[in-house]
Amino acid sequence: MSGNRVSYTLDSTLETVNSAEETAGRMAAEAGFDDEDVMKISMAVREAAVNAVMHGNAYSPGKKVTLAFERTAHDLVITIRDQGAGLDASKIPDPLAPENLMKTSGRGIFLIRSFMDVVEIHPSQSGTELKMIKHVHGSAADSKEASQ
Amino acid sequence: MTMKSSTRQVDGVTIVDLSGRITLGEGSVVLRDTVRDLLSKGHKKILLNLGDVNYIDSSGIGELVSAYTTSKNQGGELKLLNLTKKVHDLLQITKLYTVFDVKDDEANAVKAFSK
Repeated sequence: MSGNRVSYTLDSTLETVNSAEETAGRMAAEAGFDDEDVMKISMAVREAAVNAVMHGNAYSPGKKVTLAFERTAHDLVITIRDQGAGLDASKIPDPLAPENLMKTSGRGIFLIRSFMDVVEIHPSQSGTELKMIKHVHGSAADSKEASQ
Repeated sequence: MTMKSSTRQVDGVTIVDLSGRITLGEGSVVLRDTVRDLLSKGHKKILLNLGDVNYIDSSGIGELVSAYTTSKNQGGELKLLNLTKKVHDLLQITKLYTVFDVKDDEANAVKAFSK
């Protein structure tokens, strides 16, 4: 399985969000994650897909979402890219701050960071790439050991 | 699976039995419409039974917050009943667990509404 990569090009629709979530759950289960991690990974991908479809591409029929899964020896690496204006992560309010606690939106990136081991946001003029990594054995220590 | 909603009255409290997923799209809309409809008809004591809600995303969390604040702003009360572990954990990590009035027994939850 090491090094396997699969990618999908998807429309900017709600169906894409559901499809991305289901695919992520299947990929995570095949990678050997337990039920709780499968749920976390599929939910992180759902939130990322919502961001890409709704905030990035603004449901534009002409804009696509690219979703890629890569299984390495130690990680499941998931990349989701939109064709929007580019997300400035520094401007995302902290949803745990008292003034934001009762807001009805703004928790997606927070949940992604809570559920995945590594989250990188790469905005550009051609869109945003969100890279999420879950260590197969559940801890960063495993990959550190392996890289030594 | 989409979300289903049904309501019943117990001692002046409207219990909303929800099942399925509260997510962006249909699930969130069902919850929003249900709560708004109840409030517009004067049902201001609302107990959301989430015992059969097996999944909720950030949009669903937002709808719960919206339902809570909308009820409160209209002089009502909204409580949550029977959280599944997934929903419980999500409300914990988003620090909303202590904001909502969460109950795990229906009879006690009904009694907890102001008379």
